[in-house]
Amino acid sequence: MLEVENVSTMYGRIQVLWDVSLAVREGETVALVGANGAGKTTLLETVSGMLKPASGRIAFRGKRIDGLPSHAIVELGISHIPEGRRLFPEMSVRENLEMGAYLARVWKDKQEILDRVFQLFPILHARQGQLARTLSGGEQQMVAMGRGLMSRPSLLVIDEPSSGLAPLVVDEMFRIIETLRGEGIAILLIEQNVQQTLEIATRAYVLENGRITLEGASRDLLHEDLIKKAYLGL
Amino acid sequence: MNGRITTLNRLQRGIVPLVLLAVFALSPLVLKQYALILLTNTFMYIILAVSWSMFSGPTGYISLAPAAFFGAGVYTSAVLGFALPFPLIVITGGLASFCMAFLVGALTLRLRGIYFVMFTFGLVELLLNFVLWWEVTVTGTTGRVVPPLGNTTVFYFMLAILACLLLTAFRLKHSKYGFALQSIGQGEEAAAHTGIHVTALKMNTFALSAFFMGAAGVVMATRWTYIDPRIAFNPTLSFLPVLMAIFGGLGQLYGPIIGAAIFTYLEEFLITRFPYHYMLIFGITMVIAIRYLPDGLVGLVQKAWKQWSRRKHGAAQG
Repeated sequence: MLEVENVSTMYGRIQVLWDVSLAVREGETVALVGANGAGKTTLLETVSGMLKPASGRIAFRGKRIDGLPSHAIVELGISHIPEGRRLFPEMSVRENLEMGAYLARVWKDKQEILDRVFQLFPILHARQGQLARTLSGGEQQMVAMGRGLMSRPSLLVIDEPSSGLAPLVVDEMFRIIETLRGEGIAILLIEQNVQQTLEIATRAYVLENGRITLEGASRDLLHEDLIKKAYLGL
Repeated sequence: MNGRITTLNRLQRGIVPLVLLAVFALSPLVLKQYALILLTNTFMYIILAVSWSMFSGPTGYISLAPAAFFGAGVYTSAVLGFALPFPLIVITGGLASFCMAFLVGALTLRLRGIYFVMFTFGLVELLLNFVLWWEVTVTGTTGRVVPPLGNTTVFYFMLAILACLLLTAFRLKHSKYGFALQSIGQGEEAAAHTGIHVTALKMNTFALSAFFMGAAGVVMATRWTYIDPRIAFNPTLSFLPVLMAIFGGLGQLYGPIIGAAIFTYLEEFLITRFPYHYMLIFGITMVIAIRYLPDGLVGLVQKAWKQWSRRKHGAAQG
């Protein structure tokens, strides 16, 4: 479904990604783990068109997407839920969600999709008239996820959904990601909670200093010595 | 049942603007010349303030280019003169400003904050000096005469442009593009992630707002009859609409309208009563307004209304 082949990305004159290759198959949940500064967010931004790769190619369902602007990539069915929520603070919860359905192909169905999002996040239904900035961190993350779902994506790219959230809320977030996985949406996920992430992901990649150093089924990676030492503290 | 209620509501909401339009359309029959000219001036400022806030209000890109787009219209009027029927000149002037804004937008709408403000203001100076240079070296004059139209004709053209603008601004604000513009103002990157073609939307709206400024310039030039670059590209016409819109309040469409109406009248009042101190008083009023009315006049009234109704509600409960 998503194929990233030998992608290198620069931030100005600094190279952040080196020859990164990665794949997400239909309906699969893939985790991307690595230390801060390893280039995880850069990789997601390259996929969603916020950054252009210096070399390599990215294809989505057989169509080449590197070099396309981000709105065109959303149109194809990739939805990027950015780190730090990035809500529209002075707009209501409902308006935030509706903006997620901006594309013509979903705008006419927005009420229907909105109902589905409210089913997934009942609290947002109760809060729909509130300004986004007045919500708690967990609720804000739910709005960000809901907004990402409003464009009816087939691939959801999620950057650190649990950052800054209380442990109970983090559990809730993982439950929601599992629900989405159950609906057949493919997910590419960055997370700090390596243990929990590897438990829900099918496969995982480890990114270190801009290079993929390890990949495999999450089950196997949980027992890999390197992962245990570096990320699980065992 | 429900459907009937909403159509009724829509009818009622549509009636108020129509009645106002009819009242203004008939006003030349009863108004004295002075009042008619003052009203025309007010309309001009409302057009500038509303079209400015149509783009800058939701996106937060503070443009100081209104004088440039208005001036482009003024010069279109002066150059074309009697060459075309007047309505066509109005449209041509609007289109000239539209195209210019589109180009300027392509160059500058990547700039944020103060850089965008500086560039748009620089545009006014650039055009002023370019036209000045052109007139002196190429045409060998500095000023031009614009064929005058009667006060009443000018009034009707201004009213027509204003009506078109208000209709456009209202429909834009309540369309999904209106919400998209607002979301660009609150988080441009997030807006791009939701599939909004951010650059195209900004450029088109910026250009659309310039269209009305240019059209107003064409009409106003016929009332001034003599123009030169300093009159056409007067920087005051960049600042005033911004201040009027902020003074009135950017949250609602009627905010800039009220702001522009009050300011135009205030300016007129101060000029006639205190010709030597008017700029000083005007400036102080502005400073106070901007310092103490962060959401404008409309925001203040809304706040007061909320407090009042809460107190009333509380009293009823207690």
